[in-house]
Amino acid sequence: MTAVHDKSTDAPVDVTDPRLSRFEIVKEGARRDEIEIVTYESQFPGVDSKAEKRVVRNIALLFLIAGVGGFAFLGFYIWWPWRFELGDTLSDYYTPLLGISLAVSLFGVGFGILAWAKKLLPHEVSIQQRHNDPSPSEEQIITGQTILFVGDELGQGVQRRPLLKGAIAIGMAPIGLAAAAPLIGGLIENPHKADPPIMFSTGFNKAHNGGNLVRLTRDDGSPIRPEDVSTGGQMTVFPGIPGGATNEWADSPTLLIHLRPDDAELTRTNANSDTRNKDSMWGDYVAYSKICTHAGCPASLYEQQTNRLLCPCHQSQFMITKNAQPIFGPATRRLPMLPLGVDEEGYFVAKSDYKDTVGPDFWERP
Amino acid sequence: MKRKKVDLAQAPITFAKGVDERYKAATPLRGLLNKVFPDHWSFLLGEIALFSFIILLLTGVFLTLFFDPSMKEVAYEGPYSALRGVDMSAAYESSLRLSFEVRGGLFMRQMHHWAALLFMASIVVHMCRIFFTGAFRKPREANWAIGVVLFLLGFLAGFTGYSLPDDGLSGTGLRIASAIMLSIPVAGTWISASIFGGEFPGHLIIGRFYIAHVLLIPGGLLALISVHLGLVFAQKHTQWPGPMRTNTNVVGERMFPRYALKQGGFFMAVFGTVALMAGLFQINPIWLFGPYRASEVSSASQPDWYVMFMDGLVRLMPNWQIYIGDYSIPPLFWPAVVGLGALTTVPMFYPWIEARRLKDKQVHNLLQRPRDNPERVGIGAMSLAFFLVATLSGGNDVIADKFHISLNAMTWAGRIGLLILPPLAYYISVRVCLGLQQHDREVLAHGVETGIIRRLPNGQFMEVHQPLGPVDDHGHPIPLEYGGWVVPKKMNRVGALAPAIKGFFFPVEKPAEAPVSPGMPPVSGKDEREEITTGH
Ligand code: HEM
Ligand code: FES
Repeated sequence: MTAVHDKSTDAPVDVTDPRLSRFEIVKEGARRDEIEIVTYESQFPGVDSKAEKRVVRNIALLFLIAGVGGFAFLGFYIWWPWRFELGDTLSDYYTPLLGISLAVSLFGVGFGILAWAKKLLPHEVSIQQRHNDPSPSEEQIITGQTILFVGDELGQGVQRRPLLKGAIAIGMAPIGLAAAAPLIGGLIENPHKADPPIMFSTGFNKAHNGGNLVRLTRDDGSPIRPEDVSTGGQMTVFPGIPGGATNEWADSPTLLIHLRPDDAELTRTNANSDTRNKDSMWGDYVAYSKICTHAGCPASLYEQQTNRLLCPCHQSQFMITKNAQPIFGPATRRLPMLPLGVDEEGYFVAKSDYKDTVGPDFWERP
Repeated sequence: MKRKKVDLAQAPITFAKGVDERYKAATPLRGLLNKVFPDHWSFLLGEIALFSFIILLLTGVFLTLFFDPSMKEVAYEGPYSALRGVDMSAAYESSLRLSFEVRGGLFMRQMHHWAALLFMASIVVHMCRIFFTGAFRKPREANWAIGVVLFLLGFLAGFTGYSLPDDGLSGTGLRIASAIMLSIPVAGTWISASIFGGEFPGHLIIGRFYIAHVLLIPGGLLALISVHLGLVFAQKHTQWPGPMRTNTNVVGERMFPRYALKQGGFFMAVFGTVALMAGLFQINPIWLFGPYRASEVSSASQPDWYVMFMDGLVRLMPNWQIYIGDYSIPPLFWPAVVGLGALTTVPMFYPWIEARRLKDKQVHNLLQRPRDNPERVGIGAMSLAFFLVATLSGGNDVIADKFHISLNAMTWAGRIGLLILPPLAYYISVRVCLGLQQHDREVLAHGVETGIIRRLPNGQFMEVHQPLGPVDDHGHPIPLEYGGWVVPKKMNRVGALAPAIKGFFFPVEKPAEAPVSPGMPPVSGKDEREEITTGH
């Protein structure tokens, strides 16, 4: 590419010369920034051309639309009924109207400015030199040596004076630790300190009920009799302790299922051949933890036909009749079974806490 | 009277002088006004990310004025009757208040959420453009790495934000996050207990996420975006190859007035788009999900799109548990901790890996057309295919439901797809690139296909080619060298392009006639330049 030199750029320009036009001074500035303005030409054939006038009218129109949109936004914002009411009301349109009017006004400004820049301002092609080659090697050497000099002064100074070295190490280390201590010390929690340990117990542990067996309750705290769950039905139950149905006891929600007799038979056989689940059913009723052993979502989709429990989060599936063993999906561990019983008053209780660990898996689970 | 007028006109000059005497601003300011920017539509993708970040800051500050990051239980008494009397956290209640009782609050909430989705989307597309055009090569490797960190920070910002309203979906997300922490070998239970302040969910997590979401993460983003843009500014933008453009110059427009004005207009247009989406399309209707309860989940609960690939990977992971004595590593660990870790760190090193493989130590200021580096395109296509399969699998229950496919079949399709499609994408895209390269070279050697069939005296048919450059004595084109940019392949692309029709809504001028003889070589620049004027 042959760079065509503009005659005017070769000679130094005296920018105080009153005969220079403003653009000539701009060009001189560009030259000093190593920019060559190659073209800077109007998009229109002549001054005040018909085309130009039309473009100007269109841009003006866009700005006017922006103004109208802005006023409309304010109008809607102030006067449109906005208070929420249930049902089909005018207030349902409040947000859409705000969105549309604000968008109209912002598009008006945006496209107005874009049209102005693109259609009205002269087209330009400029070439700037990058000058991104590295510093001269001499400069590199000087700076490098300066850095090394600083290192020498501090580093070798310490090398030569072992006392200083030891003292700095002994003095600085505690300061670093002291800075980290409040953050770590304040945040750290021992997951295994509580008794019973939180990782291995739920609200069905007797310790939370003054040593008495814990009842199974609905989320309003009312206890449950066997006849409350119809055959083939299921119910989400919680430990019958204060706040048992709240997120305080996020590991405790349990699914109580009343199996059909033949399913129950199968389930019982499988449960009784397992050391932990042995004798955990009560009649045709079985209770499994609802907290998925994969990542802790409630495994809440119970398919009556197939006796599968599906977790909606990552689709692990558990076989109700086979100790809730996972049969598909990413879960590796079965859902723990809650040992069921019925107290003297005829309400469901947990004969003990879960024997398997409830919830997502972790490193030190036995 | 007269004196006053003179003073007024003189005022800005006096002021400017005063400023310069104090700050010595004249020279740097001129440099700034004059800085030349190259232009291409794909350079706007990063700008969309920047603008949506600004919108996020603006709307986010509004939300903080009403949001209460507390997990205290309260009973709902507000106007949304379906939830009246329900116990919920103060955080959820204040989000409901924002949606129903703050004038324009719902609009702001939706604007914030849409801007977040747009932010992440534009980062991903921007990353693709950087990747496929080789803009990350020396000297811009560090800016690429910063970009990857920006994606990770954006991901964290999105996740913490999604958790704040404490509705059913946020709680489910938090529950999974806690399980992910638990899955880390040795320290898992300690990490989870420390972050949640005890057992999940505890009472602290919303408050902690709040400060991370409104201060720590945005602070980090702001700092890194500043460095990112500072580097773009200092190193100057890359440009496509083309006439006049070399590795040592920038061809474009000076920043002021036209370039800056266009940026301003574009910002308004992006802002308008977000406002329109926020007004018309409901997003995250938290009142439908109810407060978070550990025992409840709505099916088809989906995270935001940029988290879905994680969710998909977690779904596809087979149930492989590793036992080490009395200890074990759950399968969740691999996709969620190792996977996310690798996906956000390995790409950071790509520029150095590629440079090493190609033994490339050059400085590159000219972009590469994707086809000119087929292997890079292959790697990119492979990653995109992986991301796509993972993301789709994150919604595989919805797909299974909509199209009546068995869920298990979807999971298996995802597992197989994740292994097979990426290599396939690699192979196909490399072939496509090579094919395109070859076609370019053919056109440069023989000219453009004209579609004109000529019958030779011996009866043979042949297609007439229009040479792109000079011809030799026999009329055969002299092969041209490939310049790294578009090779015209259609007759109407040859010669001068017909100028675009002028006029905003309808043409105001007749389009100029395209030259009848497409003889002018399009692959070289215009050589003679005219003396320039102001254009007016
Ligand atoms: C917070 C999000 C981000 C913002 C606000 C942002 C903004 C920008 C802007 C405005 C530019 C200049 C225009 C352009 O080249 O498109 C740019 C350039 C660049 N961005 Fe980003 N970006 C973001 C994320 C990313 C990501 C995720 C990557 C890659 C992983 C990335 C890598 C780069 C690189 C290497 C450049 C220099 C490109 C060049 O000079 O051609 N950025 N960014
Ligand atoms: S949480 Fe149940 S499958 Fe992942």
